Amino acid sequence: MSEFPLLLENSVITLQEAFIGLLLGVSVGFCVAVLMDTFNALYKAFYPLLIITQTIPSVAIAPLLVLWFGYEMTPKIVLIVISTFFPVTVGLLDGFRSADKDAIGLLRSMGASRIQVFRYIKFPSALPQLFSGLRIAAAYSVVGAVISEWLGGFGGLGVYMTRVKKAFAFDKMFAVIFLISAISLALMALVGFAEKKCMPYRNTNEKEKKV
Amino acid sequence: MNKLEVKNISKSFGDNHVLNDISIELNRGELVCLLGVSGGGKTTLFNIISGLLTPDKGQVLLDGNNITNQPGHISYMLQKDLLLPYRTIEDNAALPLLLKGVKKKEARMQVSPMFRQFGLEGTQKKYPAQLSGGMRQRAALLRTYMFSKDVALLDEPFSALDTITKSSMHKWYLNVMEKIQLSTLFITHDIDEAILISDRIYLLSGSPGEITGEIVIKEPKPRREDFNLTEEFLEYKRKILSLL
Repeated sequence: MSEFPLLLENSVITLQEAFIGLLLGVSVGFCVAVLMDTFNALYKAFYPLLIITQTIPSVAIAPLLVLWFGYEMTPKIVLIVISTFFPVTVGLLDGFRSADKDAIGLLRSMGASRIQVFRYIKFPSALPQLFSGLRIAAAYSVVGAVISEWLGGFGGLGVYMTRVKKAFAFDKMFAVIFLISAISLALMALVGFAEKKCMPYRNTNEKEKKV
Repeated sequence: MNKLEVKNISKSFGDNHVLNDISIELNRGELVCLLGVSGGGKTTLFNIISGLLTPDKGQVLLDGNNITNQPGHISYMLQKDLLLPYRTIEDNAALPLLLKGVKKKEARMQVSPMFRQFGLEGTQKKYPAQLSGGMRQRAALLRTYMFSKDVALLDEPFSALDTITKSSMHKWYLNVMEKIQLSTLFITHDIDEAILISDRIYLLSGSPGEITGEIVIKEPKPRREDFNLTEEFLEYKRKILSLL
């Protein structure tokens, strides 16, 4: 318990990395999904490539990233972006494709533009998948941050972990593991909260029969 | 003058000749049924009229203006209500206005007086999943109406409803139509429904789709309660069955 201020200080660093990485990862994931959905050629060209980025073990590229970007925050954020954009992109792409074709036809008959079709149908119908992707991404972001800190850095829970490991302080080791889980859970709960706020129509279960 | 005129439309998809020389007229305030077997190209015809598909030959005229291959003039309504589940009924009905660039507040203002006319009071803030099938079809019709105030294309709109709801929807629809001066082109494969509600019926044969006959229902509107039990009704039905 005596190390509480130290833990706090390190978790702030890790959380910062996770947040920035997640934010960037989600934005990149969103842009990639929109582009790939709009241009079918891009979809065909980049989908396999996208999957390949996920087959590379993050532990393996983390040292390379450190080599290229140094010990500061950049390599950590890059790693998090690589591991978080994927679930977002895949979720959104699936969601866009699951949009009701008849509904799109109807909107077009009303003279809707492509952007309007996206706004009124494609994007909202992809929201459930987007949030599933976001939950996974939130968990990945914390894990990604810790892994990249293991391999070099000046602060963060990963660095703290390697230090206590070398000191054979297993009690502190467990403390960190619990802390990391707790942070992941908190992030996921945050996503769940946002989901409820964004999709109020999902909470309306009571049905009223009329006519 | 004709509200809507479809002139000599033909359409093929590859070797599949779907529509052959279809001509239809719809007068102001009239309800015209297009009666035919499923898969007879009725839906293709609707897509052509609403401008989503280009016909190989022929024209679509609205108030005498050529609107062939121009989406954005006439909308349609399907058996599936296609209400957006993530928007309230009010916003669903206002959707055509929003698409035209009307501000949300203004669009809601324009829609709200129509809820009474369509028998949808109290559903403004509800989501589609909270309504029954019949009410959802009403909302879908209101949306269609907000888009084009005088012509509606309906593609088997009530065929997913049970018989009792369906017959109450027929009465409701004729009533609303009269109030708002709507002209309707109505696709159905249900002969009784066609006789019950139309002023005129076009019979459409399958592959290739051709108009094989036209029947005028002379029974005045509003129709008698027991019209579908009368000898005249059966006479119309016999005639249609012999022509199909």
